[in-house]
Amino acid sequence: MFGDYSLGDLGSIFVMQGFAGLILFSVYVLMALGLAIIFGQMGVINMAHGEFMILGAYVTWMTSNLFQTYLPNLFSGYFFLAMILAFVASGALGMLVEWVLIRHLYKRPLDTLLATWGLSLMLQQAYRSVFGAREVGVELPQWMLGSLHVTDSIEVPINGVFVMCLTVLITVCVAYVMYKSRWGRQVRAVVQNRIMAGAVGINTEKVDRYTFGLGCGIAGVAGSAFTMIGSTGPTSGQLYIVDTFLVVVFGGAASLLGTIASAFSISQTQSTLEFFLSGSMAKVLTLLAVVGILMLRPQGLFALKVRK
Amino acid sequence: MVVNSRFFNRSELIGFIVLAAVLFVILPLSLDVFRLNLVAKYLTYAFVAIGLVLCWGYGGILSLGQGVFFGLGGYCMAMFLKLEASSVENTKIQSTPGIPDFMDWNQITSLPLFWQPFHSLSFTILAIILVPGLFALIIGTAMFKRRVGGTYFAIITQAVAAILTILIVGQQGYTGGINGMTDLRTLKGWDIRPDHAKVILYFVEVVLLFACIGIAQFIRLTKLGRILVAMREQEDRVRFSGYSVANFKIFAFCMAAIFAAIGGAMFALNVGFMSPSFVGIVPSIEMVIYTAVGGRMSIFGAVWGSILVNFAKTSLSESFPQLWLFGLGALFIAVVLAFPNGLSGIWADYVQPRIDRLFASRKPKSAAWTDDSVADGAPAE
Repeated sequence: MFGDYSLGDLGSIFVMQGFAGLILFSVYVLMALGLAIIFGQMGVINMAHGEFMILGAYVTWMTSNLFQTYLPNLFSGYFFLAMILAFVASGALGMLVEWVLIRHLYKRPLDTLLATWGLSLMLQQAYRSVFGAREVGVELPQWMLGSLHVTDSIEVPINGVFVMCLTVLITVCVAYVMYKSRWGRQVRAVVQNRIMAGAVGINTEKVDRYTFGLGCGIAGVAGSAFTMIGSTGPTSGQLYIVDTFLVVVFGGAASLLGTIASAFSISQTQSTLEFFLSGSMAKVLTLLAVVGILMLRPQGLFALKVRK
Repeated sequence: MVVNSRFFNRSELIGFIVLAAVLFVILPLSLDVFRLNLVAKYLTYAFVAIGLVLCWGYGGILSLGQGVFFGLGGYCMAMFLKLEASSVENTKIQSTPGIPDFMDWNQITSLPLFWQPFHSLSFTILAIILVPGLFALIIGTAMFKRRVGGTYFAIITQAVAAILTILIVGQQGYTGGINGMTDLRTLKGWDIRPDHAKVILYFVEVVLLFACIGIAQFIRLTKLGRILVAMREQEDRVRFSGYSVANFKIFAFCMAAIFAAIGGAMFALNVGFMSPSFVGIVPSIEMVIYTAVGGRMSIFGAVWGSILVNFAKTSLSESFPQLWLFGLGALFIAVVLAFPNGLSGIWADYVQPRIDRLFASRKPKSAAWTDDSVADGAPAE
């Protein structure tokens, strides 16, 4: 399959496919970060995670429409406000869901899966009723269009670069919040031993609610970033949910570093294979490889050594 | 807990008689052939649901990949039927006569090797049982021997369902792609499409369903069933007692896979086509909800759950397509939050005591019987 290309061509192909993979990587990381917090830390299987992401995407779409109609001068900067709104909207919905649904189910992880799947169906139908079944796309501000020419044969789209920078920024923030802040310590304490954490005076219910809200909020930001590179429909979230769960499980559920490493390897493998094989076979081979490795190493790439 | 020497205790016997009466007598007499065929379609999911009662309700193993086994069984059957429908006379107009039409459309000129054995009906029937069984054996061995279970198992089976769907859709020339295998006509020369054939197929399916119910009930009553429950409740204690936990889990998973495959094969026969939309993640999770609605601990409940949820789906999505997803979503949440034991739990908690009291007031001596009707208890996860 390499025969028809010269060495230089192959280099460019790998760089450009690698870059396409990096954009996929960004989406995976943003979705998986929220899921790693919810699934990895809290043990809740949130099948509606994709729908929280899509909520963020719709919020971004609405913001962009509002700016276009009322504040066309400020349109080039709408995205930053949209991102904050997406975070707040998804996070608030997440906290509501935690209060109504999830808090009753912490001892039954498999049941959270069924309940959140039901939630995802309802959200999908809600989006379809409110926004219509058709996919919507946001209009990008001028400065995000076009591409950077790195060399003659290599060019990278600016919106992709932007999404990647955003991903790095959010990842650093999440890592800081989880590992350095007082609140992050409380979250990890509750996860490791709920009863003891409660005994030393941590309000575990409150921590649970905000943790779930944070995870969903990050999903909202992921959706916001997602609008930069693709269009949004009511069922777009479902396309990514299985991949995202695999990313989190493959990385080792409780490890943020593992999540990033696994998102990187999965997205790179997939996009490089995509150039040489059909898209579906690339996906099949990638997923098969992940499942195969998980069968050999069920704890994932980076496992925390915890005595249970 | 009293271990029954009888095959059914009293309340199960009532459940058995009611179900048999409804499926064998009431429905065939009261429904027209179109509706009866719909019920036959619903019942194919009941096979899957019974398997899930064993595997999930008793064994505590939640598989989100039952669509895979349903699909494998269905595709095995559909391949046989498709080959018979694509005889040389039927496919004269193709550029290569004698191969299925979708292969011809995809410029494939000879029958692929793995299709060849499906000319034989006996091989097909064996394949319906063995292919999904072996596949489940491989997955189960790889996972359970390494003590992977619970949520991880659920996610990985879900990924397997996604992989198989993408593979089937992608390999259009070999599998018929997104449209699946359509236009299935005859089984050994016997036309499966006219009304009387549909009625016969319905009865064949119900007989098979009761055979599966019998097998599941047998497993439940033997020591095996007790070990499954023990394993679900306290896996380590069972392991320390010297049982190989992994082997029991693999067994339950394989049985569930085989039941699902029989359902899939009956689906291909009754509905007349097979497509990847019955393989993927969404149908697999819906199959779990049939079991959850019926009651994850109840074999008869699973059958009722499959019939009722699908009936609601057909009638609601016909008249209020917008409401259906809201209804289904609410059903998921309600079952999980309020009724973890589903319909059979509601029956056991609210209806059964009243009936018992009714009988007890008339025949005080039979009050001791009610001990038998105690269910195996709610699953604790």
